[in-house]
Amino acid sequence: MSELSGTETVLDQPLVLGGRAFRSRLFVGTGKYRSNAEMTAAIDASGAECVTVAVRRVDLDRRHEEGILHHLDPARHFLLANTAGCYSADEAVRYARLGREAGFNDFVKLEVIGDRETLLPDVAGLLVAAQILVQEGFSVLAYTNDDLITALRLEDAGCAAVMPLASPIGSGLGLLNPYSIRTIKARLSVPVIVDAGVGTASDACLVMEQGVDGILMNTAIAEAEDPVAMATAMRQATEAGRLAFLAGRMPRRETAVPSSPTRGMLT
Amino acid sequence: MSELTLTVNGQATRVAGAATLQELLGQLGLDARAVVVELNQRIVRRPELAATPLQDGDAVELVHFVGGG
Repeated sequence: MSELSGTETVLDQPLVLGGRAFRSRLFVGTGKYRSNAEMTAAIDASGAECVTVAVRRVDLDRRHEEGILHHLDPARHFLLANTAGCYSADEAVRYARLGREAGFNDFVKLEVIGDRETLLPDVAGLLVAAQILVQEGFSVLAYTNDDLITALRLEDAGCAAVMPLASPIGSGLGLLNPYSIRTIKARLSVPVIVDAGVGTASDACLVMEQGVDGILMNTAIAEAEDPVAMATAMRQATEAGRLAFLAGRMPRRETAVPSSPTRGMLT
Repeated sequence: MSELTLTVNGQATRVAGAATLQELLGQLGLDARAVVVELNQRIVRRPELAATPLQDGDAVELVHFVGGG
C-alpha cells in the first residue's frame, strides 16, 4: 500500500448542510427504478447518505402497497423530501410541510417548476417559497437555474444550500454551462450542489471538477441499463472529480512541453 | 351514526361509522404511522387524529413518501 492511499480523506472535509455533516458528496433520488430491490442496491452502490423522496397521495385502491419507507432505513439514509411537481410557491410550501410531517428532519429540497416542457424553475416563486420556509425553520436546499443573481438571492433568503441545474431534469445532457456553475460557486458562501441533468460518469466528474460542494442525480442512475453499475461509476466519478479539484489541475497551454529531459540526448 | 360525504384524496367518498380522522384511517385500512393527514389543508398530527371530528364536506388528504428525485 502506498502511503498516499488515504489522500482523499486527508484532503477532503465533510460537506456540512444545515448543521449536518455528510461524508458522501453524492446525493441520489429514489424515483424511476424498475424495482425497490434495484433501487436499494443502487443507493448502496452509490455510497450516498442523503436520498430524496417525493410526497404523494396514498393510492386508496392499492392501500396495502408498501410505502417507500419499507425499503429505506431512515437510520441509514437521510431522507430529503422534495416539492417536485409543484408549480407555485403556495403549493411547494404545502408539500414541504407535509414532507416535514412525514419525515424525520427539517430539510426540504425546494422545487417550484415554471414550465411543463422544460421543467425549468420559476425563480420568482422559488424565492417566495424559500423565504416562507426559512421563516418556518426549514433547512432549504433550493433547486434553481444556473443564474448567479437568483443564487445570491436564495443565499440572502437563508437557504442552507443552492442547487443550480447542470441541464434540465431528466435530460441527461450533462453540464451545459461550466462557467455559470463556477461563477455561482465563487460568489456564494453556502454550499452549492449541482442538481439535475447529468447523464453519465464523466458528467458527474466534470461537475465536481468545477469545485462545487456536491451533486444530486436520479435519472442517470435509475434509467441506466445497469443502475447498480452506474451508481458505482457515479460514486467513483464524484470522488474523482472532487479530488481532481482539490488537487488543482495543471495550467492549460497552447504549446507542447516535453515530459522527458531535453538534456542528455545522444549527439 | 350518520353518513358523511367527504372528499378523500380528491374523490367524493361516503363514510358511515367514522366520526374522527382516526376512525376514517381505520376504515380505509391505513396505518396512522405510515401516512400524513391533512384536513381542509391543515396538517393534523398523529396524536390529534383520534380527537379530530369529521364533518360533512371535509376535504381529507392522505399522503406518504414515494420514490422521487
